[in-house]
Amino acid sequence: MRLVEEFEAGLAAPICITWELTYACNLACVHCLSSSGRRDPRELTTAEAKAVISELERMQVFYVNVGGGEPTVRRDFWELLDHAAAHNVGVKFSTNGSRIDAAAAARLAASDYVDVQVSIDGATAAVNDAVRGPGSFDTALGALERLAAAGFERPKISVVVTRQNAGQLDAFKAIADRYGAQLRITRLRPSGRGADVWDDLHPTAEQQRSLYMWLLEHGEEVLTGDSFFHLSAYGEALPGLNLCGAGRVVCLIDPVGDVYACPFAIHQEFLAGNVREPRGFEGVWRDSELFARLRAPRSGGACESCGHYDACRGGCMAAKFFTGLPLDGPDPECALGHGERLLAARGAEVAIPAPAVDHSRVRPPARPPAKVCDENPLADFLARA
Amino acid sequence: MSAEVDLGGRWRLHPQVALRPERFGALAYHFGSRRLSFLKSRRLLDVVEGLEAAPDPIAACRAAGVPEAELPSYRRALATLAETEMIVRI
Repeated sequence: MRLVEEFEAGLAAPICITWELTYACNLACVHCLSSSGRRDPRELTTAEAKAVISELERMQVFYVNVGGGEPTVRRDFWELLDHAAAHNVGVKFSTNGSRIDAAAAARLAASDYVDVQVSIDGATAAVNDAVRGPGSFDTALGALERLAAAGFERPKISVVVTRQNAGQLDAFKAIADRYGAQLRITRLRPSGRGADVWDDLHPTAEQQRSLYMWLLEHGEEVLTGDSFFHLSAYGEALPGLNLCGAGRVVCLIDPVGDVYACPFAIHQEFLAGNVREPRGFEGVWRDSELFARLRAPRSGGACESCGHYDACRGGCMAAKFFTGLPLDGPDPECALGHGERLLAARGAEVAIPAPAVDHSRVRPPARPPAKVCDENPLADFLARA
Repeated sequence: MSAEVDLGGRWRLHPQVALRPERFGALAYHFGSRRLSFLKSRRLLDVVEGLEAAPDPIAACRAAGVPEAELPSYRRALATLAETEMIVRI
């Protein structure tokens, strides 16, 4: 069996996992793939999180991508970080930078097993803040400055490529170089709140082509988390495994312990189990029916006869699912344009699956209260008394 | 480039590298460089695990039962592991 087929058939343990530690977030990015905002009261406790880390150590999952929400808002964040490091589970965590003060930066600089990834989605404040919120660009750059001042080596700058920032790739690279950081760019998925903005934010076909050329040119010096493998159909394969790893070599643990096939598929359809079950995370990974299905040989469906199927493997499952396309057909951003044609032909009867889990903060209505006393939570009670 | 690596003498797994056996071979993860490599056969895993006890990597290959005809490809695999410091000289 070729290595790619071995991976498609699933490994004894994930190569890495994504672990969203909390749905709580002080930002409200329009494209948030986990629809984060409010903390979920069922969040894993410190003891439960440590039990998961023990399982990861036993399974030899060498590193976890920690995210959220904003993971640093968890009160036990640093405790969990130290615990993971002490148990041979490397951590790379994503942050908006708001809580990376000088003390946090110094603490991170002193640690061996921790990588930090600061998110920006524009190389200028205007482009970034339109997606991530006012002030978020300066906040992120401030964190990078503090990390550099503390001597933290080679943080990562994480960028989701959008129609608005696709022309800024060189500028992102320049920002990364300025802070001694490594650039990581990933694909915008129509997941979570991303589903609401995908039509307006996802790169055009022309931009995708330029992105592919840019990635080829920069090779392994720019990280992608293997996120653009669907673009390999343009020609030469991009660095990486070039396959959909969902439930096969990766998966997601969400803040309440639910295990999903991948970070971009927080939906009932891709829920494999929960780490709180007696079988634990290891049992879910090994025995879940969903994962068994994802690891079984699959037909390429409509893509099978395409000469490029070997290169793109049909693209991203989550991207198809959340745009209402069949899972055994082309990716919505298929390099050959097949996805675009399908999207255009989508009838009104196609139901686009709504995200099953939503922790977005509901913003208060913009209109002012009718009376001043309406602001008082006891107003009604007092009126009746 | 691989051909230039001198594989003479005693070698061992880098102390920061962990091996995880898999059906196809093994994953090798370097906690220092964060680099992940794939050992593409169980026999290569045996070779790597036997490095420290062998006088040199080729002897480790023979001890693990690598057929003479396959030695060049194992040599290349080991040279790649050496370049990425998954294995180091003792």
